Amino acid sequence: MKSGRSQRVLPGFGLSLGITCTYLSLIVLLPLATIFARTTDLSWAAFWSTVTNPRVLASYRVTFGTSFIAAVVNTVFGLLVAWVLVRYRFPGRRLVDALVDLPFALPTAVAGIALTTLYASNGWVGQYLEPLGIKVAYTSLGITVALIFIGLPFVVRTVQPVLDDLEVEVEEAAASLGARRWQTFSRVVFPTVAPALLTGFALAFARAIGEYGSVVFISGNMPMKTEIVPLLIITKLEQYDYAGATAVAVVMLLASFLLLLTINLLQWAARRRMAA
Amino acid sequence: MKTLGLALILAGAAAPALKLEAPKPVTLLNVSYDPTRELYEDFNKQFAGYWKNKTGQDVTIRQSHGGSGKQARSVIDGLEADVVTLGLGYDVDALADNGLLPMDWQKRLPHNSSPYTSTVIFLVRKGNPKRIKDWADLIKPGVSVITANPKTSGGARWNYLGAWGYALRQPGSNEAKAKDFVTRLYKNVPVLDAGARGSTTTFVERGIGDVLIAWENEALLAVKELGPDKVELVVPSSSILAEPPVAVVEKVAKKRGTTEVAQAYLEYLYSNQGQEIVARHYYRPTNPVVAAKFSAQFPKVELFTLSDIVGDWRKTQKTHFADGGVFDQIYQPGATP
Repeated sequence: MKSGRSQRVLPGFGLSLGITCTYLSLIVLLPLATIFARTTDLSWAAFWSTVTNPRVLASYRVTFGTSFIAAVVNTVFGLLVAWVLVRYRFPGRRLVDALVDLPFALPTAVAGIALTTLYASNGWVGQYLEPLGIKVAYTSLGITVALIFIGLPFVVRTVQPVLDDLEVEVEEAAASLGARRWQTFSRVVFPTVAPALLTGFALAFARAIGEYGSVVFISGNMPMKTEIVPLLIITKLEQYDYAGATAVAVVMLLASFLLLLTINLLQWAARRRMAA
Repeated sequence: MKTLGLALILAGAAAPALKLEAPKPVTLLNVSYDPTRELYEDFNKQFAGYWKNKTGQDVTIRQSHGGSGKQARSVIDGLEADVVTLGLGYDVDALADNGLLPMDWQKRLPHNSSPYTSTVIFLVRKGNPKRIKDWADLIKPGVSVITANPKTSGGARWNYLGAWGYALRQPGSNEAKAKDFVTRLYKNVPVLDAGARGSTTTFVERGIGDVLIAWENEALLAVKELGPDKVELVVPSSSILAEPPVAVVEKVAKKRGTTEVAQAYLEYLYSNQGQEIVARHYYRPTNPVVAAKFSAQFPKVELFTLSDIVGDWRKTQKTHFADGGVFDQIYQPGATP
């Protein structure tokens, strides 16, 4: 312990760790603890029947399914966007770079209403998709579109700095050693950005699971079909069923936490492989 | 003698003025639901003038608007509302359950504590292409009906109850038949918006649906704003008498020392002036004289009350809108029709 302390360059480990723990407890753990405390109003049987109600189960499928697809789409296209922004110089690049952050800044309800206007059967985009038999607004496809919109910045912004650090020379070296383009990407570039990509995926996924504001406008909220979990929580609150609402929230929390934990473990494994 | 009499009268007139020099300005917070914003903006100005005249005290009324249920939850969680003017009795019941006002709050003011009422009618596309005349037309195959989700919208609960009441009051009907009717009706609903304004947007802006079930005041406003070349009103043969309640949040008012002005504020809603403002905003006045004056504005429709068809709000909520209630059963897999 003593020798460990002396090895640090900057002092203040004890103080900063203390502040970190207090801060995290106040900002994160305390509200979460309230949620768990509120659920204890329910008996175990009541809790179980609340969280396994067929309608609630259907909403888990909607929320986790659309969030997963949206996060996957964002991972693929987010990597592409980040790549273009880092590797190429073109007029308006800074503008595009700034655009990426807009979904962060826009109130989610505004995003939801705008997307619905666009994709409704009389909207700018919707009117051309409708004859092709593609319905976006008021379907789970619409939910996915909204979640892709709000999740985009997460992948771009996590991958961008890593790509920035990856010098072009590394790619050139790979090429001069006889690697084909695909090999350069899959053996050199991808492993380097993979941990950041995974983080971006996890953030976009987690954000999508909790999203309410933009989705309720485009989802149509049909029971068993396009009801998201946060809507069911609101529904329960509307009945002053605080315990039931928090019960569903607890399930969401645990599921999200497990997902994030798994992704962190994957990342840790990826880093170790990289280091080896 | 004459001068003495005059002096006495003058003194009598001056006395209250002297006494009233002191009153400190007071603020009230009125926590209300969404469509009453413009109504209370008008009413607050009128009341502030009236109160100043009567007592010499300046009163500032702040307003808060939002979904009825959400607003009630804010008050339960500590928003210091002196008065609530909400969309349905159930939300005020919730305040009573939390000890903010007495359980018999609804008996404190005339007409079940509803100074104004409204009802639920239809809005259809220009020319009424689907020939929708009454509730029965809403369950026909191929008719697309827009209404909000009654689980999240107080207004949409009145819509549902309008349909339920119509079906239940048909000759030879019973609860099973009424349930079958609302099940068929909601099978025709393609989108359940979270709030009533949302479903108006879906119908008007997105062009979805053949008919919108709406509050009468919202529908009258929509026709006025959009013009009859886009939408038309259809008045069903009968509908529900929606009674949006008002109440003094006694616990808060007592704490803030505003009980008297809060009570006067709500009572003023029942006065002739208050009732006229209400009518100008397309709510039905309860005062028969004012109601007669504005009768041309409101379509004739046979109105039934909540207690005619179900009972009080607690029972209604439990039977129809609670988890597993009649509304949820509509969407259970394998529900009839």
